Amino acid sequence: MAQFKGTERYVAGRDLEVAVNAAVALQRPLLVKGEPGTGKTVLAQEIAKALGYPLIEWHIKSTTKAQQGLYEYDAVSRLRDGQLGDPRVHDIANYIVRGKMWDAFESEQPVVLLIDEIDKADIEFPNDLQFFVYETRKTVAAKHRPVVIITSNNEKELPDAFLRRCFFHYIRFPDRETMEMIVKAHYPDIRQALLREALNVFFEIRDVNELKKKPATSELLDWLKLLTIEDMPPEALRSSDAKTALPPLYGAMLKNEQDVHLFERLAFLARRRGQ
Amino acid sequence: MFAPFILALRAAGVPASIMEYLALLRAMKEGVAGFSVDDFYHLCRAALVKDERHLDRFDRVFGEIFKGLDSPQGDAPRTLPEEWLRKIAEKTLTPEEMAAIEAMGGFDALMEALKKRLEEQKGRHQGGSKWIGTAGTSPFGAYGYNPEGVRIGQSESRHRRAVKVWDQRTFKDLDEDEALSSRNMKVALRRLRRFARTGAATELDLPGTIGATARNGGSLDLHMVPERHNAVKVLLLMDIGGSMDDHIRICQELFTAARSEFKHLEFWYFHNCPYERVWRTNRRRRETERPMMEVLRTYGPDWRLVFVGDATMSPYEIIQPGGSVEHWNEEAGQVWMARLTRHFRKAAWLNPVDQSHWRYTQSIGVMERLMENRMYPLTLAGLESMARQLAR
Ligand SMILES: Nc1ncnc2c1ncn2[C@@H]1O[C@H](COP(=O)(O)OP(=O)(O)OP(=O)(O)O)[C@@H](O)[C@H]1O
Ligand SMILES: [Mg+2]
Repeated sequence: MAQFKGTERYVAGRDLEVAVNAAVALQRPLLVKGEPGTGKTVLAQEIAKALGYPLIEWHIKSTTKAQQGLYEYDAVSRLRDGQLGDPRVHDIANYIVRGKMWDAFESEQPVVLLIDEIDKADIEFPNDLQFFVYETRKTVAAKHRPVVIITSNNEKELPDAFLRRCFFHYIRFPDRETMEMIVKAHYPDIRQALLREALNVFFEIRDVNELKKKPATSELLDWLKLLTIEDMPPEALRSSDAKTALPPLYGAMLKNEQDVHLFERLAFLARRRGQ
Repeated sequence: MFAPFILALRAAGVPASIMEYLALLRAMKEGVAGFSVDDFYHLCRAALVKDERHLDRFDRVFGEIFKGLDSPQGDAPRTLPEEWLRKIAEKTLTPEEMAAIEAMGGFDALMEALKKRLEEQKGRHQGGSKWIGTAGTSPFGAYGYNPEGVRIGQSESRHRRAVKVWDQRTFKDLDEDEALSSRNMKVALRRLRRFARTGAATELDLPGTIGATARNGGSLDLHMVPERHNAVKVLLLMDIGGSMDDHIRICQELFTAARSEFKHLEFWYFHNCPYERVWRTNRRRRETERPMMEVLRTYGPDWRLVFVGDATMSPYEIIQPGGSVEHWNEEAGQVWMARLTRHFRKAAWLNPVDQSHWRYTQSIGVMERLMENRMYPLTLAGLESMARQLAR
């Protein structure tokens, strides 16, 4: 069995590698938690790449029902077709919409199934490897047990029975050192001076507790990309000019209007300038 | 073999069960962890802990139970890592290196020395020739002895060098047993969700469709409704300055939690007791002031009103016209309180003062009566009770 390891694209700690490999070896789901932007979604992609499996992604919304992962019977379309006299209406199978679990079960090769943000809705991940399609009286059985990666943001407590079955990994928000590695994984040629100044600004912004949405890895990466495109000199980030209260191109990091206002008010920048 | 470990975890409040225990054993059999103590630790953690709030407790128990790494004891759970260490060593060290370790007194002595070295380092900070892992100057580095398990001289993690992973207590801040943080506040406030359908119609309204289709004589008439959203509206009135200075941090956390939890959140400040004016920004109080009557007009009775304050003042500040400490108030605070609670039928008061002290402060009792007993301590349990009451 192929092993999962961090790559030059994806920075993974040894703890994450062990958790993934344990879940894969024992065929248990892996529950991954962590702040938004800590790489939960790309993790599933990387696992799929490492194992050489296709990835099937099921993104949960607050309105998602467990049944939708298996299949849905699209009665509305059938009603509509019936009204229009479409001949398809006579075969109910035309209105069975396959869910992501069904896709995963029927796949000829094993797959990685990502169930993203399971806590958004009341979904209990089923342990069974088959289910019955009532409308067509058919049983769908898994050809291979999928590698299941489940992410959660703590919106809801997950059921104990499920928790006992899975392995668990909590992705901490990267510290400065790790963040540097992540950035370099994306931009290997970035200038060290720019990166250093940018990380200073980034972690200072994250220290502001009142932010509605703290910038995370993706915002940092976007911002750095803009800075590079604009060929911003590192000194510009140090902002000795009293008029430039906000870091250049901050729009990439502060996506919320209230946060921008908050920022304009904050004495924090004044403090930085005073240093 | 690990039974004492599991029991100790449970005693520390990590709800590991026999299921997890079996998974751990199987994973070890499958060789998931290789022969490294770090891997063993990571594997135990991934198998036995299912909630990040328990990670720190896990680290403590692990360090306690597997003290064997420092001074091996006779009993089974403690000797295990030592076994592992030997195996790693056999795999990674040359015979000469093994002999060198034996010459130093064997593994036990090595671990003992390592521990001492770590303690020295704690005292003198980074740098110095005794730094473990600076190859050539320290016996550990010189012997090339580098089990992943004790992170000696690993290049990837400069700051954590030579400190056992579980002793770093990296997850300390996630253990919320004692501290009230904005995250568990958020979970408590979640009880205040009121789902309502607003926005674009994207969902099929089945009863509506059936009704309309029937009225249409069987011809299909689709009806859609908007998705459900949390529509609860919260108005925060916060006491600021003076005695509230002792509670700044917790109010900050509450504010952060409320801001991210409620889409409709408005806040205003007052001092000690609400009177005829509130303000938005304490530093620019003058410019951001607003008459209370306007607040009453702006926010309808469907808003939930939450006061946050210690209600600690002279009772005159509540019951007397002109009782305010900072301006002349024509009408007594209690008149304003009555106006507010009459308008906002769903209201509550959160008090950061320890509830056991409430009865020693007369003004708290007065305020509690004005609130018709809807005063709650600013604790998790208090927040939950408040949210439940306001959600009704
Ligand atoms: N360890 C890492 N190594 C390399 N890139 C990373 C790492 N962690 C995050 N990233 C980058 O950060 C960005 C955000 O990652 P991703 O979208 O997977 O986060 P997420 O945890 O799924 O966030 P959300 O909760 O918002 O869905 C991606 O561009 C990803 O490439
Ligand atoms: Mg994601």
